[in-house]
Amino acid sequence: MDSLVIDLAILVLAGFVGYTVISKVPNTLHTPLMSGTNAIHGIVVLGGLLLMAESSGFLEKLLLVIAVAFGTINVIGGFFVTDRMLGMFKGKEPPKTTEGEQQ
Amino acid sequence: MSLATVFLQTTNFIDAAYIVAFALLIYGMTGLTGPRTAVRGNKIAATGMAIAVVATLLRKGEFHGSSTVWLIILGIVIGTAIGIPAALKVRMTAMPQMVAIFNGVGGGAVALIAWVEYRHHFGGGWPLRSEIFELFGAIVGSISFWGSNIAFGKLQEILPGRPIKLPGASQTVLNLALLLISVVSAIILCAGTHSQALFILGILVAAAVLGNAVVLPIGGADMPVVISLLNAFTGLSAAATGVALSNPVMIVAGMIVGASGTILTNLMAKAMNRSVPAIVAGGFGGAVAAPAGAAGDHGGTVRSTSAQDVAIQLSYARQVVIAPGYGMAVAQAQHAVRELERALEAKGVEVKYAIHPVAGRMPGHMNVLLAEADVPYDLLKEMDDINPEFSRTDVTLVIGANDVTNPAAKNEPGSPIYGMPILEVDRSGAVVVLKRSMASGFAGIDNPLFYDPKTSLLFGDAKASVSEITSEVQAL
Repeated sequence: MDSLVIDLAILVLAGFVGYTVISKVPNTLHTPLMSGTNAIHGIVVLGGLLLMAESSGFLEKLLLVIAVAFGTINVIGGFFVTDRMLGMFKGKEPPKTTEGEQQ
Repeated sequence: MSLATVFLQTTNFIDAAYIVAFALLIYGMTGLTGPRTAVRGNKIAATGMAIAVVATLLRKGEFHGSSTVWLIILGIVIGTAIGIPAALKVRMTAMPQMVAIFNGVGGGAVALIAWVEYRHHFGGGWPLRSEIFELFGAIVGSISFWGSNIAFGKLQEILPGRPIKLPGASQTVLNLALLLISVVSAIILCAGTHSQALFILGILVAAAVLGNAVVLPIGGADMPVVISLLNAFTGLSAAATGVALSNPVMIVAGMIVGASGTILTNLMAKAMNRSVPAIVAGGFGGAVAAPAGAAGDHGGTVRSTSAQDVAIQLSYARQVVIAPGYGMAVAQAQHAVRELERALEAKGVEVKYAIHPVAGRMPGHMNVLLAEADVPYDLLKEMDDINPEFSRTDVTLVIGANDVTNPAAKNEPGSPIYGMPILEVDRSGAVVVLKRSMASGFAGIDNPLFYDPKTSLLFGDAKASVSEITSEVQAL
């Protein structure tokens, strides 16, 4: 099979999987969901890493360093802030000792 | 080179690592279906991401050229140095800005990568399929970058929240023209031209102006929809880059984000009773050319009350529902509200929170703000769950919420918000509204709830009022 066909198949299937999984996320968690997806679209950092070896000239290298930095901000910042936020969600009778642990 | 190193660099191994990575990303996201599993889910997704990055760096020839390693390290260090402090310091009220700017940064990365990739293939030798997807990524990523920056500016109040637009239909014409320029330039590039450098820049610039032109005219009230939409854009542009580079993890991750953004966009638009095209076409301000009579004719008198009276009312209730709005967050009253809830619970009153989907500046924002104040998530009720309960509720306390409780959305076909789903607080035994003054809500629409005979208003700063009520309750 042509690799384009395979890629498009992955694209379509991933779309359905994403739709099914995300539909089940309750309203309560929509803000962490958005910051979590911020982290996930940081996957574009891979593009920057892949192209870096092939790049030539100052402009290209500069653009790629910025792209890698942008992607890293997404990945690292996104996962950290989501973790911090999710740590705040507590059920009834929250244990009183967990405060301040993320400082 | 040792045998192990050779094995780690084979395409099969790296492909296998990619499959493990996207499986973990998907599995991690399934953890977000409940607050109990979410923390672990987020960590699993982060692990998947780490595997994808490491696998990419293992590729043979990745570190070809002496400067490559250092440039990669430089990018990662800069990103980490900005990302970690931002994530640890951001206040929960500022989450919408943070998500907006993160959307932008992701879109910007996509656009930059597309640009570099394009420069590589000047003079042909690039399969058309990669070219088409890369150009799609360049256009959408660029729109997302600039649009998100404007959204950030508006939320951060660097830019005015009101719609900024050209008069009449010229805004729509301009937007369509810019879109046309981007798409036509992309087609010319695909068809083959000698001025590639010019056209790729043209695309990026036209898409950049388009990103600005689309978001500037959108009013502050529509921001939850805009952020969700830009989230979807960044995801889709990442997926397109994945197809261009034939990288399965990028495709899967991008599509998950695209799906998430799309779902949230529709949800928000539905909760505001607005269509996505209408929001993108122009600010809320334009729609409020309401029938002249609608605002004035409730003209009745409002009944103001005192903290002491409210305390008595609440203490003798069986069930109290608190309906918070963004006004509560602005007044930083979350912790005070949590104190009041505890004081009432100590008196045997059942307290619940009614959360409207657009209470806040982004999807689920109010839940996070209350979670930060230690309110257990079991007490936060979604609109559809709480609405049937209002008839069994003795007192509803509306704090800093206005439009989402406005019965005009149900009863007055002439009202600009007619049809918007609301918290039906007017069905409870009594309503107490905490308000700063008699000014209208975000949408500038008068609220008949205030003139309802069973409604009383407590004027003043929300935080001070709530604290006063709490001490009165405790004194009873």
